[in-house]
Amino acid sequence: MGRFLLRRLANYMVLVIVASCLAYFLAALSLNPRSNFESKNPRPPEAVISKTLQEYNLDPHTPVFERFGHWAADVATGNLGKNVKGGSVNDDFGRRVGVSVRLLLISTLLGSLGGVFLGAWGAIRQYRFFDRFTTLGSFFVLAMPIFVIAISLELLAVNFNHAAGSTVLQYTGEYDPDVNGFWAQLLSRFNHLILPTLTLVLVQMATYSRYQRNTMLDVLGSDFLRTARAKGLRRRTALIKHGLRTAVLPIVPLLVYNVVLLFTGATFTEKIFNWHGMGEWLVDSINTNDTNSVAAVSLFTAVVVLVAGLLSDVIYAALDPRVRVS
Amino acid sequence: MIETRPEPGRAPAAATAPVLEVEDLHVTFPSEAGEVQAVRGVSYSVRPGEVLGIVGESGSGKSVSSMAVLGLLPESASVRGAIRLGGRDILGLGDREMSRIRGREIGMVFQDPLSALTPVYSIGTQIVEALQIHQDLSKEAARKRAIELLDVVGIPDPNRRVDAFPHEFSGGMRQRAMIAMAIANDPKVIIADEPTTALDVTIQAQVLDVLKKAQDVTGAAIVMITHDLGVIAGFADRVMVMYAGKPVETGTVDQVYYTPRMPYTIGLLGSIPRLDNDGGPLIPIEGTPPSMVELPPGCPFAARCPITIDRCLEVEPSLVAPEGVDHPVACIRGYELGREGGLVPEEIYPVPELPEAGPQERLPRAERAAVLEVDDLVKHFPLMKGAVFKRRVGTVRAVDGISLEIREGETLGLVGESGCGKTTTLLEILDLPTGQGGTISVLGKDTRHLKRADRKALRRDVQVVFQDPMASLDARMPVGDILAEPLETHGWSKDRIAARIPELLELVGLKPDHADRYPQEFSGGQRQRISIARALALEPKLVILDEPVSALDVSIQAGVLNLLNDLKARLGLSYLFVAHDLSVVRHTADRVAVMYLGRIVEVGETHKVFEAPSHPYTQALLSAVPLPDPHKERERRRILLTGDLPSPADVPSGCRFRNRCPKFAQLDEAKAQQCRDEDPMLHSLAADHSAACHHAAALQVV
Repeated sequence: MGRFLLRRLANYMVLVIVASCLAYFLAALSLNPRSNFESKNPRPPEAVISKTLQEYNLDPHTPVFERFGHWAADVATGNLGKNVKGGSVNDDFGRRVGVSVRLLLISTLLGSLGGVFLGAWGAIRQYRFFDRFTTLGSFFVLAMPIFVIAISLELLAVNFNHAAGSTVLQYTGEYDPDVNGFWAQLLSRFNHLILPTLTLVLVQMATYSRYQRNTMLDVLGSDFLRTARAKGLRRRTALIKHGLRTAVLPIVPLLVYNVVLLFTGATFTEKIFNWHGMGEWLVDSINTNDTNSVAAVSLFTAVVVLVAGLLSDVIYAALDPRVRVS
Repeated sequence: MIETRPEPGRAPAAATAPVLEVEDLHVTFPSEAGEVQAVRGVSYSVRPGEVLGIVGESGSGKSVSSMAVLGLLPESASVRGAIRLGGRDILGLGDREMSRIRGREIGMVFQDPLSALTPVYSIGTQIVEALQIHQDLSKEAARKRAIELLDVVGIPDPNRRVDAFPHEFSGGMRQRAMIAMAIANDPKVIIADEPTTALDVTIQAQVLDVLKKAQDVTGAAIVMITHDLGVIAGFADRVMVMYAGKPVETGTVDQVYYTPRMPYTIGLLGSIPRLDNDGGPLIPIEGTPPSMVELPPGCPFAARCPITIDRCLEVEPSLVAPEGVDHPVACIRGYELGREGGLVPEEIYPVPELPEAGPQERLPRAERAAVLEVDDLVKHFPLMKGAVFKRRVGTVRAVDGISLEIREGETLGLVGESGCGKTTTLLEILDLPTGQGGTISVLGKDTRHLKRADRKALRRDVQVVFQDPMASLDARMPVGDILAEPLETHGWSKDRIAARIPELLELVGLKPDHADRYPQEFSGGQRQRISIARALALEPKLVILDEPVSALDVSIQAGVLNLLNDLKARLGLSYLFVAHDLSVVRHTADRVAVMYLGRIVEVGETHKVFEAPSHPYTQALLSAVPLPDPHKERERRRILLTGDLPSPADVPSGCRFRNRCPKFAQLDEAKAQQCRDEDPMLHSLAADHSAACHHAAALQVV
């Protein structure tokens, strides 16, 4: 198993390198960091612009392969370069990963578990009220783009706050900078989490529950479930221990990839609720022609794909003895 | 290892109280067409140590009634009647109470061992679970007991195998594990639902043996549900025959097998091909079982019964026996049968006429032309390992040098256990290969030197009928299109096709207006007839039949087998009949070839191979087939083979059968060494009978 994983890791590493190099070339060739300086008021002198760009390794006059060489050499030492404002991309990176993790950890956990539960229970209660209700609800959520959901929730919160007469539900940013004290700040952070988490959980639960319902339905009529009950297991125990345990297998890769990749893909949610995470960074850095930041986000995404792949292999092998390599 | 089967029916003491009683059980399911009355009044009782066989065809309600006993029917089912376990009525108990009974007082063995174990838990874990639900055992104690149980059911090396997962077990071993689980808590009753249907005959014999042993260990009563009248004959004490959700005849095995009184039972017994005689045509029961949604009044078997009178259509007869006879029958004419001057049971069904032999068949075999000649056919598959860089780590010797010959108007039966290479052989012949070893000649043409167009033309002469008539017909095509497809492929004109389709349908006993219907509107037997019609569309010379009747119920099977015999005589066909059911092969084949691990180990005229089997494998195979004859079954000695078929990737040196061979174990050292060193070739024992064994000697086993 260890050797198998190492070989997989080596394969993924090659992919990470190829993907991030290609992303660098794409960003370096299509973005124009110079325009940032040209539109400044007062506009700095040509020579200054060129010098600054050169210093940031962003000068379009330097051949792209040379710039790539600098960038790659830096990345190899753990330095992601400078952003268009001259700040360290490493600093941005660290801050934004932290934000994304704080935003997504709870919602992905809730979303996956909730989705699996909803789907499995819906399958058990097939065509009953619970099943019909969750099916309808899921398709309602799935039919809406995520920004519609986020903005609707935001509007609801505004109305709710208005009715309540004070800002009960927070919907902007990660925390209230005016709040002091550990507990008060924790409460404030929690309050700010509610709406974005709700948005993400709704979408994830709707998606995963559909897959889980199907795999669970396949398992419900299976012979081994009947065997489990013939042994004397109660219906519910048999359903969970033998049924769900087997039915969750096919959706494990889907779950792991989706959850892990969300760490760079929650763009709309971050934008709308004004969280400065990875998803927002990608969009903002493209807008500001920030080549090195775009390259950093791409590198991160590639690594995240690697992690997702390895993780799903490990979890799958842990859950299903049939795929274990001897 | 030759074992004698324990005498069945160690005289169940009539004094002991029945452990399980089912009284007037009714089960109905809602469906879109209306209520399905799956079980309509089943009553039976079993005493400790007794074996009750429940026989019936698919849809007769036999499985549903046993699921009702366990309380495992879907919630939508409504159940009426009484089920008493040790005097206590358990029908209508909640899940909590039933869970205490299931597994502890009633053990269950299911049909398909491949899917009946949870794939993600080890065998040990699953047995330990069964133990710990009902007994207060520590983990270690439960594990120790699980290993003991695996030992009881004959799993070799149980200490190690206890941690194996279901996918690492063969079908027979999984069924043994199921039995271990069923007896884990010393149940009072074991319900076995078609426990050997999915297994090969040699494994079936092993599993039945284990089941008997399990009964001896636990002293439980067994309710054995099956469609196979042979399995019950030697195993059960009493039999209940079910039809359309109701028992139609019950009695001791001897009563039911030797003096059947219900026309359905008589028909069932007459329609099974038997290993111990090949005389005469099979007697099919015409028609199909009625729909269980809206049963017409009267006897549900009336429409298929040869001795129906008007009264049969008025009231449904109940299960009654005359005074002093414990052999009730649900037939108003039942006791007219066999009475002095009354109806003779053997004569109530019209015996179909044997088709007259075709012109080719009347010629001596040596003068007929060969239709198919296979010479030293080899098909090896490389066994690869590695994900990116594959390397060859072994060879699967699926077919390892076999030779066959089929002459005009002849049926060659190819038999063997699953995994012996039957299917690969058949696919190679259909494929008309160019590579690997050996030659295949069809109608005298060596297929290796054929051009594309000739190859296509040759395919017209070799057609195939597959096992599963549900899967081998495209559900989206009307029957007419299915039959027209091969004709269009070979460039027939529209007019010729239009004329050919009704002709084909009539040929196989269907109506020309069936051409517009879809496959799902037909029953299993009718669908297999459509498959046969499709195979015959291009007027082939050779038809390859791959288990053509194994998916069908016995009463239907007889009709299809008769049709095949009839077609062979009328159209001068030759058949390659691949099957695992030796009784069917005995009935249909002129010559038979027995395959083991990629080789033919015995070949010859059917009656010679069956009456004087000379290879120890053939002997074991034949002795494992149960006969629908209780007396013969009790007197028979089974040759039990040890273990499973070895992997074709790991063929033993010398004789490939030696590690399972009962004869090898008894040989002196010099002779045994020959088996280890020399790979035996087929050598002739008599005219058209040869075996691949150094020490071949005939032995009567049937």
